[in-house]
Parts: sequence; C-alpha cells; structure tokens
Amino acid sequence: MNVFVSLVAVGGLFLLGLLGARPGMGWMFGVVIPYAAVALFIGGLIYRVMGWANVPVPFRIPTTSGQQKSLTWIKQERLENPHNTLAVIGRMALEILFFRSLLRNTKSELVEGRRLVYGTDLWLWLAAMAMHWSFLIILFRHLRLLTQPVPLCVTFLEKVDGFLEVGIPVIYVTSFIFLAALAYLLFRRLASAKVRYISLASDYFPLFLLLGIGISGFYLRHLDKTDIVGVKELALGLTHFAPVVPESISPLFFGHLLLVSVLLAYFPFSKLVHMAGVFLSPTRNLANSNRRVRHVNPWDYPVKLHSYEAYEDDLRDKMKAAGVPVEKEA
Amino acid sequence: MPSPDEMAYYQQEDLLKIDSRPPKTAWMDTPVDFRPGSFIYPGKAKNLEILDLPNPRDWAVTDDDWKLPDDWKKIVLEGMAERLSKYRSFRLFMDICVRCGACADKCHFFIGGGDPKNMPVLRAELLRSIYRKDFTAMGKVFGKLAGARELTTDVIKEWFYYFFQCTECRRCSVFCPYGIDTAEITMMGRELLGLLGLYVNWVIEPVANCFRFGNHLAIQPHGFMDTMEFMVDDIEEATGVRVGLPVNKKGAEILFVVPSGDFVAAPGIYTCMAYLLLFHELGLDYTWSTYASDGGNFGLFTSHETMKRLNAKIYAEAKRLGVKWILGGECGHMWRVAHQYMDTMNGPADFLEVPKSPFTGTVFDHAQSTKMVHIMEFMADLIQHGKMKLDPSRNDHIRVTLHDSCNPARAMGLLEEPRYVMRKVCNHFFEMPENTIREQTFCCGGGAGLGTDENMEMRLRGGLPRGNAVKYVQEKHGVNQLAAMCAIDRATLVTVCDYWAPGVLVTGVGELIANATVLKDETKRTLDLRMEPIPGMEGDDQQGDTSDE
Repeated sequence: MNVFVSLVAVGGLFLLGLLGARPGMGWMFGVVIPYAAVALFIGGLIYRVMGWANVPVPFRIPTTSGQQKSLTWIKQERLENPHNTLAVIGRMALEILFFRSLLRNTKSELVEGRRLVYGTDLWLWLAAMAMHWSFLIILFRHLRLLTQPVPLCVTFLEKVDGFLEVGIPVIYVTSFIFLAALAYLLFRRLASAKVRYISLASDYFPLFLLLGIGISGFYLRHLDKTDIVGVKELALGLTHFAPVVPESISPLFFGHLLLVSVLLAYFPFSKLVHMAGVFLSPTRNLANSNRRVRHVNPWDYPVKLHSYEAYEDDLRDKMKAAGVPVEKEA
Repeated sequence: MPSPDEMAYYQQEDLLKIDSRPPKTAWMDTPVDFRPGSFIYPGKAKNLEILDLPNPRDWAVTDDDWKLPDDWKKIVLEGMAERLSKYRSFRLFMDICVRCGACADKCHFFIGGGDPKNMPVLRAELLRSIYRKDFTAMGKVFGKLAGARELTTDVIKEWFYYFFQCTECRRCSVFCPYGIDTAEITMMGRELLGLLGLYVNWVIEPVANCFRFGNHLAIQPHGFMDTMEFMVDDIEEATGVRVGLPVNKKGAEILFVVPSGDFVAAPGIYTCMAYLLLFHELGLDYTWSTYASDGGNFGLFTSHETMKRLNAKIYAEAKRLGVKWILGGECGHMWRVAHQYMDTMNGPADFLEVPKSPFTGTVFDHAQSTKMVHIMEFMADLIQHGKMKLDPSRNDHIRVTLHDSCNPARAMGLLEEPRYVMRKVCNHFFEMPENTIREQTFCCGGGAGLGTDENMEMRLRGGLPRGNAVKYVQEKHGVNQLAAMCAIDRATLVTVCDYWAPGVLVTGVGELIANATVLKDETKRTLDLRMEPIPGMEGDDQQGDTSDE
C-alpha cells in the first residue's frame, strides 16, 4: 500500500511535469514552480534548523564509543570519545563525510539454533555512501548549466567522472552508481521483512522521487536528448533573476524539473531533513568533557527535596542508638 | 509447577525459538499482549504519594480500565509540547529518523525476543506517530500515510509495555547514523506516562525509599550500621585485619558513594567488603554516609525531575561533612547520573576541591568540575604507581571475563581502567567477542528498573546476547567468573549466567583486587572475601601462568 501510493504519486507528478512543454505552460513549470520550490527549500530548511536550534540542550549527553580521556598514561580514542571542540569536529566530520556510525553496522544471527554470531554488514553503509556521494557529484556537475563561464573545477570533475570515455556524450560513472545505489536501497526496504515492516509511505516516496529524477536525467542526457542550449538559457535566466522560457525544451525535461522541484519543496518537511539535523545531534556533537567543564541547563528549576535536617529529624533516635554522629542531640 | 516469575518456568529451547518475522498485521493495528513474565506491576499509590506524584491509585496492568484522569489526553499532549520545547534531543530525534533499520538487531530485547516493537526504530515510532499527528503539518494532512496516528488509551498501554521493555542501555545509539538515542525516547515516554500516574513499582518504590531514607532499599541508619559491622566481622575472619568503619565523619577527605544494592545481597556485598578492606589498607581518610547512602538513582528511570531530587543529597552531604572530593564505587547508572547530570542538576560543586589522590599526588583534572572520581580511575592510578602490593596468583583459580556495563562504557568511555586493573590482579583474563564488549557491550537485560522477577521472560530474553557471549568464553577458555562494575549487573547477571551459562559466577572488579591484595597485617590468607578457601593457598606461594587473550 505504502509502496503503491508512493509510486503512483511520483509517476503522477512526472506526468504532470510533462505539461510544462505545452504552449503557455513553460512559465508555470519552468519558472514559478522552480522558484517556489527553491524558496520553500531554503525557507523550510532555515525554519527547521532554527526550530531545533531554539530548543535548549539541557544536558550534555554524548554517546561515547571509545576510551575516555582520564589518566595521562591511558590512551584516549579522540575521534570516538572527543574531549574538546576540535575532537568533536573530527568526530562529526567522520560522521557526516563517511557515515562512521553506519560503518559499525553488524548483523546478528542465531546459528545452530543456539549460538549468536555477529557479522559485519557493510551493504547499507556502502549503498548509503554511494548514493549520497554520487548525488553530491551529480549536483555539482549540474553547475555547468547554472554558470557561464563554467568553472574549471566543474569541467575537471566531469573529466574524472567520465573517465571511462564511453558514449557520446560521455557516460558518467556517478550516474550509474547513483541509480544502482537507489535501486539497492529500495530493494533492501522491500526484501527485508524487518525494514519493510517499519517503512512508511514517506520512506518510499523519496526513493521513487530520486529514482525518477535519476532515470529522467539519464534519458535527457543520453537517450532522448533535449535542446541543451535551451535548457541552459532557462537555467541561467533563473539564476540571474531574468527568466526566459525557450520554446524548444522537451516535455521530458519538464518532467525531470518538476520532480526536482518537488524534491526541493518536500525536503525540509520530511525525513530528508536529516541532512541538516545530523549536525545538531546532541549524542554526537558534544564533547565528553562532562566532569571537567560544567554544562548549564538554561531552564533549570528548584525541586522538592528531602534535606539532611529532615532526614535526621525523622531518624535521630535510631542514629544515636546505632552510634551514628548527629547534628542535633534532640 | 514453576510460575512465570521463575527461571525454571522457561525452557531454553522455547526461548531460543525466536521468530523475528513481523506479524501479519501492521504495527499500528497490533495490540499489546500483556502475558505474565513480560511486564512489571504498577506503582503503588503510597509510593506516588510520598513523592507528590500525580494520580496515585491502585490499578492492575491487566485491567481494562487503567483509571486515567479525565483529561489524560490533554495532559499527554501538553506534556509532549513542553518536552519538545525543552529537549533538543527529543525534538530532533522525532524529526530525523530515516528508518534505515541499522538499529534493529542491535537491541538485546529484539535479538532475544523478535518482537518488532523492540526494534529501537519502532519503539521510537510509538511516540513519533503521535508527534506527527499533533505536531507536524505532514502528519496532520496525510495522517496514516505520513505515519501519524490518533492518541488512544491503547497507545498508552503500548507505551507502558514497550518503554518498560527498554533498558536505556544506548547500544542502538552507537550504531545510528544520526546518533538517535533510544534512551532519550524512553525517558520521555516514561515521563509522559508518569504525568498520568503510570509507573512500575519496581522503580517507583525504590525512588520513594531513596527520597526518604537516602537509599533505594530503605535501609535506615541502624540497619546500615548492622550490615556494615557484619561485613567488618567477616573481613576480620577472612584476613585477620579489623578494618575501620567511618560513617558520617565530618572533615574526612573523601566522601565515598556506592549503589545500595551492594549493601544487602551476594555477590554485591563482597564488592562492598572489598572497599572497606582496600581503604583500610591504604589508610584512606574517607567516610560513608547514611544520608547519601545510595549513589544509584532510579530517578533516572522515572523523570529528569525525580533524578535531580534524588541526586541532590550527594553534593549536600559532601558540603555538610566538609569533605574535599567524592569517590564513587562500581555502578552503572549511578555513573551515568554522576557523569552526565549531577554537575548540571545540582552543581556547581565549588565548595569542593579538585580531586587529588592522597597517595600518588595524581590530580584528576578530568573531574575538576564535578569533583567525583570513579573507583577504577582511582585504583588504576594507585596500581600504576606501585602503591598496591598485589599477588595475582591468589586469583589463579578464577578465569575471568569483563562485562562492560552500559553506562560507564557508552556514557563515559571507562574502558581501559578496569582492564588495566584486572590484568594486574588476575592471571587469567579473557575477553568476550568484540561485538559484545566495550562500546558495543550488551545490557544485562535488567537495567533501567526492569530487573524484577515478574519480568523474568523479558530478562532472560534480553539477557540472551550477554549470556551467549559468556557461554562462548566459558566453552572456549574455561571462564568461571564474570566481573561487572555495576550493582544491577551483580544482581541480574547472576540469573542470566545461571540460565544461559550455568557455572559462571558473578563478581565485582573490586572483589578481585581485594583478594589479590597482600595486606600489611594479614594472617596467612586461606579464605577469600566469600569465606571460601583459596585453592593453592594452603601450600607455598605459586605463580600461575599468565594469559591474556
């Protein structure tokens, strides 16, 4: 059900996008919707991040994954158990650039009906790394369309990415990696009974959306080539706030563009916002300096206590009889 | 016929038939099955009254009507809103989970039981679904499609069942790519239940006791003295040394705080005896306290406010007695509180001094604000400076492994200190498999207030991963003792070992140190602190072979 709804939604959006090539619709699908999507993306992301940032962190609760800094002769594991900001930055960099925690992933299994074994399970990490990094490179490659002249670094990256030198225009490795990784992530979600059980429509929808964007993008470059000059004219017009809508752009491009617009608009209000959220995670971005530096809770308030005086008043006779020193004799 | 609260009720082959295939029905449509052995009895009204907690009443988990207040729904939603605005962790963890499932088989309850709602991700979804419905635009518009659902009394029952099937061990948070910590989720879930007067008695009675008498077990001062004097007698019988018993002593250099579980039951009491013996031997100027007679804090398993209420006595007593700094014994959750909460909640402890070992001169800079040092940090420093006369061969009959307790491992990173100490006092120390120790250590299955007998099925299931790892080193290396730096471990792992790895005894690290320590005035040592003969100590001193795999 969740899978079906998501697939239909993405398919419907794509078909809707095709309308952009109809006469008179170019402005709506090529200018208004993309602008609105970018505005929602930026505005939404700021709204979400501010929403979290405005909530205090009352306690310092890092999850430590290695030896603490204590006695001088015991070797601390800085990146697993950071004791200061610099080490935290190191930990966060590993987390954000290389998905450090996911790299620990194991699979537990009961063998011979009685023995638990834990095997390394790196498929999820590998697919996640492949998907995120290739996505980033693909985005970066798109700068070719948004800039004039094209920066050298973009051209260089394209060269590297197209090192196979197959096809005209040359086929990029990341295009395949991106689609393959997404396909694996979708397969995993469907094939593993556990993961399928916890999956919501909002888990399938982004996968189909990204697949739709990836496949339509691949088509646009290699199979059903659109008027690339026209696309660049549209793109430059958008970035220079002087939009023009050339007549020659194919419906497929508008389908691709609408899916991208939906992704942008959907991003801040869905689980995809983990991209921003991971930076704020209190179990990862705080130093384990708890006993060295006091952490202050901004909303701390007094609570009802049972003081020593009250305790002694309750138990004075028993304390005296047992020879425990007291403050007051009676 | 054994009953569901007894170990013998459960056959290993039945428990090992773990079916982790999810049920046919979607999780939102699968009601809770309150079967005996898998849930904990409700908090009694009298305990709630002692603590001024709302809605005290007597009720039963198996009742249809849990006697919730009329406006229960409003209370829960307002409570949620309040916590979403106070805890970034809660707000963020509600928003950013992608349901990748990396956490699923990291939970000992899921591994040992297979109930999908014990996957950390789904445990959090129990709360997240309500959050979406009432606090997010997506959930309001798309409802069930966006994973949102209505708050009903069945949801409350489900929360009660599953938030008291989480031991807040934080193992899942090590594996989560965003560091989502189920302990935070469970703590919030329990706080919300608490607003309706829904507690488990195994937690709230100790809390009420601790509030009034300073410790979870309601040991009063005269009882405390009796217990300790009994231990002093036993130590004399075993070693010939009569140790001192400083209690509520003003002007002592150090206040010593332990979990009260070590006062009453074996094998915890041997650890307690070890402290008495070691401090006497060192000539440490320290004191016990009857008021601060528990560093353990079941408030952690109740609410942040309750935690603060119980923890306040530690600094208050340190101030009253005029000590310089605080030393803490072997305990898991006590150290979560002492390390991550105490200074923030009840500090600053500016009336204390930066801890400094009176024997080695080592300044414990890493504890310069909290002013509380862990006994293993203290002992490791002493041993490293050669201040202890040790004869590890006295432990040669022991082939020991170390169970890292959840909180010292994942909230502090206290990993090498106990290992260093154990290698110095034992010749036969063996590690369990790497996925079951250090930051990946498995819970005993009874932490966070779940270690009661009426919860036996879940304890045995949750204890399976740990028990299995113990069984592995027992078969491979002949391990016969499991050392644990935690009072809850010392209570619950006895059951886990008896069931999953029979023949393995549970000990504290301190007990191993004390037994290996050569005392200045000792008589010929033939008995250990358990009053059992030490094999090989009848004849000449022998050096055992060293192994450290």
